[in-house]
Amino acid sequence: MKEIMDDIDRWRRAGHRVALARVVDIEGSGPRLPGASMAVAETGEVAGSVSGGCVEGAVVSEALDILSTGDRRVVTFGYSDDEAFAVGLTCGGTIHLFIEPLDW
Amino acid sequence: MSESIYELWRAAVNDHRPVAIATVIEGAGIGMKIIVGDGIVAVGTLGDPDLDRVVIRDTIGELAGGRSGIRHYGPHGEAREDAVSVFIESFAPPPHMLIFGAVDFTGALVKVAKVMGYRVTVCDAREVFATKRRFPAADEVVVDWPHRHLEKVGDRLGPRDAVCVLTHDHKFDVPAIQAALATEVGYLGAMGSRRTCAERLTRLSEAGADMDEVTARLHAPIGLDLGGRTPEETAIAICAEVIAARTGRVSASLSDTTGSIH
Repeated sequence: MKEIMDDIDRWRRAGHRVALARVVDIEGSGPRLPGASMAVAETGEVAGSVSGGCVEGAVVSEALDILSTGDRRVVTFGYSDDEAFAVGLTCGGTIHLFIEPLDW
Repeated sequence: MSESIYELWRAAVNDHRPVAIATVIEGAGIGMKIIVGDGIVAVGTLGDPDLDRVVIRDTIGELAGGRSGIRHYGPHGEAREDAVSVFIESFAPPPHMLIFGAVDFTGALVKVAKVMGYRVTVCDAREVFATKRRFPAADEVVVDWPHRHLEKVGDRLGPRDAVCVLTHDHKFDVPAIQAALATEVGYLGAMGSRRTCAERLTRLSEAGADMDEVTARLHAPIGLDLGGRTPEETAIAICAEVIAARTGRVSASLSDTTGSIH
């Protein structure tokens, strides 16, 4: 979250709403540890990353959806979970993200 | 509340103060947060005073260990229940790299260490060399004898920090290495040719250094054997060794090994 602070500040100063996605858990091989984060502005601008580039596209759509509904939720990407989204990690691991509006 | 949790977090991170945020990610009160840190009496609530009390205690513990992860609780903080999942994220201040010797290699090492997220101090007793102008990327440039500087800041060094001795001048580096061995610093390396390093060991021994401690902790010649020559390549070899020392890996190419990558 530290690395994306400047982008978040810039968007918030411009009056844009921001969604924050954070890796909260990983199973198996995963490129990033819990705490890796990505922010998405309502304009669609993106900062940071939560994987090696495998799921970022899907995270943007989730984040924009969360900004429009005000919802917050854990979203899982990977192959090992039946509930998992169709988007997987090529490394075969599973990552759990918490995505929420940055309204705090 | 006068300042939001985000603002409190931001101020702590910018001041290099350790801070942690606990967020309910599943269960009642999803999204509610508590922030804990140096100079911050816990701010925020997860919606239940008993849950708050337990989570604050756990967050302080996770922050002290620099860990992040999910913990599960009952609705009032009961152990061995999982009605509420809380993600505790610790933000440790950046690790510190102290570089002794304001030489050509120093500038490159400062840059690579900054890329790796270190707060970097350059220290050299020679005023003409130890200038902010020569090392613009350094967080701090100190004119002092290395061992004297270590006497001042040594008790703040821990397992995540690094001391790199690039002076290759025995009159500076022998006392610097002795002073560094007296700290808890996680990585200690000293530059020099094989001959310089052998000679330095003799002098360390003559100076009364604990040679078992020297053998166990001093990386000299500093750096992994990557075969590079330039200051930049050398800086990468040094930082690569710092990583390998922390993880305890024998550094071979991943393509030559079969174990897990992380």
